[in-house]
Amino acid sequence: MPAILELEEAYGKTRRDRAFQAEFADYLKRFVGRPTSLYFAERLTKRLGGAKIYLKREDLCHTGAHKINNSIGQVLLARRMKKKRVIAETGAGQHGVATATAAAMFGLTCEIYMGTEDMERQSLNVFRMRLLGATVTGVDAGSRTLKDAINEAMRDWTTNVRTTNYILGSVLGPHPYPMMVRDFQSIIGREARKQILAEEGRLPDYLVACVGGGSNSIGLFHAFLKNPHVRMVGVEAAGLGIESGKHAARFAGGRPGVLHGTMTYLLQDDDGQVNLTHSVSAGLDYAAVGPEHSYYHDAGRIQYTSATDEEALAAFDLLARDEGIMPALESAHAVAEVVKLAPKLKKKQVVIVNLSGRGDKDVQQVARIKGVTL
Amino acid sequence: MTSNPPGHRTDASRVTRHASRAPNRLERKFGDLRAKGEKALIAYIMAGDPSLHETEALVLQLEQSGADIIELGVPFSDPIADGPVIQKAAERALRSGTSLRKILQTVASLRSKTQIPLVLMAYYNTIYALGEAAFCKRAVEAGVDGVIVPDMPPEEAGPLEAVAEQTGLQTIFLLAPTSTPARRTVVARRSRGFLYYVSLTGITGAKLTNLAEVRRNVAKIRRATDVPVAVGFGIATPQDAAQVAGIADGVIVGSAIVRQVGEHQHDPGLPERVGRFVRSLKAAIAPSGASSTA
Repeated sequence: MPAILELEEAYGKTRRDRAFQAEFADYLKRFVGRPTSLYFAERLTKRLGGAKIYLKREDLCHTGAHKINNSIGQVLLARRMKKKRVIAETGAGQHGVATATAAAMFGLTCEIYMGTEDMERQSLNVFRMRLLGATVTGVDAGSRTLKDAINEAMRDWTTNVRTTNYILGSVLGPHPYPMMVRDFQSIIGREARKQILAEEGRLPDYLVACVGGGSNSIGLFHAFLKNPHVRMVGVEAAGLGIESGKHAARFAGGRPGVLHGTMTYLLQDDDGQVNLTHSVSAGLDYAAVGPEHSYYHDAGRIQYTSATDEEALAAFDLLARDEGIMPALESAHAVAEVVKLAPKLKKKQVVIVNLSGRGDKDVQQVARIKGVTL
Repeated sequence: MTSNPPGHRTDASRVTRHASRAPNRLERKFGDLRAKGEKALIAYIMAGDPSLHETEALVLQLEQSGADIIELGVPFSDPIADGPVIQKAAERALRSGTSLRKILQTVASLRSKTQIPLVLMAYYNTIYALGEAAFCKRAVEAGVDGVIVPDMPPEEAGPLEAVAEQTGLQTIFLLAPTSTPARRTVVARRSRGFLYYVSLTGITGAKLTNLAEVRRNVAKIRRATDVPVAVGFGIATPQDAAQVAGIADGVIVGSAIVRQVGEHQHDPGLPERVGRFVRSLKAAIAPSGASSTA
């Protein structure tokens, strides 16, 4: 708790500090490569025969996903707090790679916690983190996925609080993380808003993004929340199907609970034990959703739906062949929703889907699922 | 030398705070021990490890072996404050079908056999799933004396604290070495039954290294409250226990006991084996043992 209070105080100061914000913006531009483009997916639009589909290309960020926006922000904060060491959890490995990258750039010691199940399905990212000089520590407890990695990172932080900052990768965990991570990711929506106004001269009808913890989605949605005509859809992982029980759809299958210092929708049993989750995508495979999403769910501002493993894999193939873009399996869940949604809309309507990461990291796993030996 | 026991100073607020109610088992226990010049040995075991049946036998045996207070861990799938020894115990307990509801039944059954103070250590979601009010009511009815919620900061504790106060369940708060002076004062004053000082920045089962810091911080806590101060985390051996007993009112031993349970879980003489270890801890903190290290 003292650690969180220290972080809250430090972040409270930097949030209003223009020099910090300017430094952050500068790294996003020169190191991350922002702004990322808003790309009109012409062939996909034609195929689905409905709304115009734009892709917000977070997959073009340095390290291949939106995660780097937040890692840079939090590592800059850690430097201001004079911490020499940063730790992080990672599911798909994207946040781990992003944090290892930011730590390498600033010369900080870096340790990444990752469930052993995730290490297996994302072995390429494990190697990338090690190449970047980070220590990757496998967590062989519980479901051996993201939530267990967060448990272990929190234990490390409790132990090494004096020297270490915990760079949490999503809009999860105790305050100030959900707010801070959202702030660092909200650049996605601010850019998209300007870009769509330039392209179409108006705001979009729909925003679609996948929701694991929910950082890429809240990052896209946040700049549009005050525009009631912009509808928003968050896509959770339905895994093998909601009825199978093997999924990570918190709004469909969960109820409010407390995990990792946050009260939010949580997949749990009658006794409050956290359920094991399943998704083909490691980044969506988590039992709780960011608390701000729970708020907008209950307020009816954001609609939440889900896509199965199978639908996500089909969307992965579709985007690769129609647009020459392989999405991360996480982002493929958002594309899967667009496949269902766009045909129901009018041709003049506009949908922006957040392509939160690129699919290179998933190629081995997709090959395995397709039964292809590389 | 040892610190002054808390009863040596007079504090009007302490006298009036509990005046409306008869002292409960925790208060009586600390009072009795203080009168004898002894320190409390608080033994932690994971409820349901390896089974709730064994838990019942273990509680009775630990009492016979000299434990003054028993802390019963409520297993949780994501125990972020615990090291590997207690994590594994929680997994064993969950595998044996343990739940908070069943633990309360076990406590009720134990109450026909023992009046030893029983404190639950439960992660918040297990309590929230049952409902805070229902939990407090059922816990007190079963015979639970206090509750420690390691992932519930005092800032968020208001609702549970209020129903606990009504039902007479003691809410025990934790303080860490990194707690600021302001926070130390607030938390110390809100803790009931005893205050749990965490000896180190870390998780259960880590190694105790900085005894001087423990001594300094316990002294500071005593200036804020007259509630007994118990020290836990990192106390693994009779020697550790003796040193901490020279500083605090209570010594909490968890992982070292749970490790014994884990190692001998299939042994028919499990309670006796664990009892022998607890006896050695109690002997080490007995007044003669404590004075030899002072």
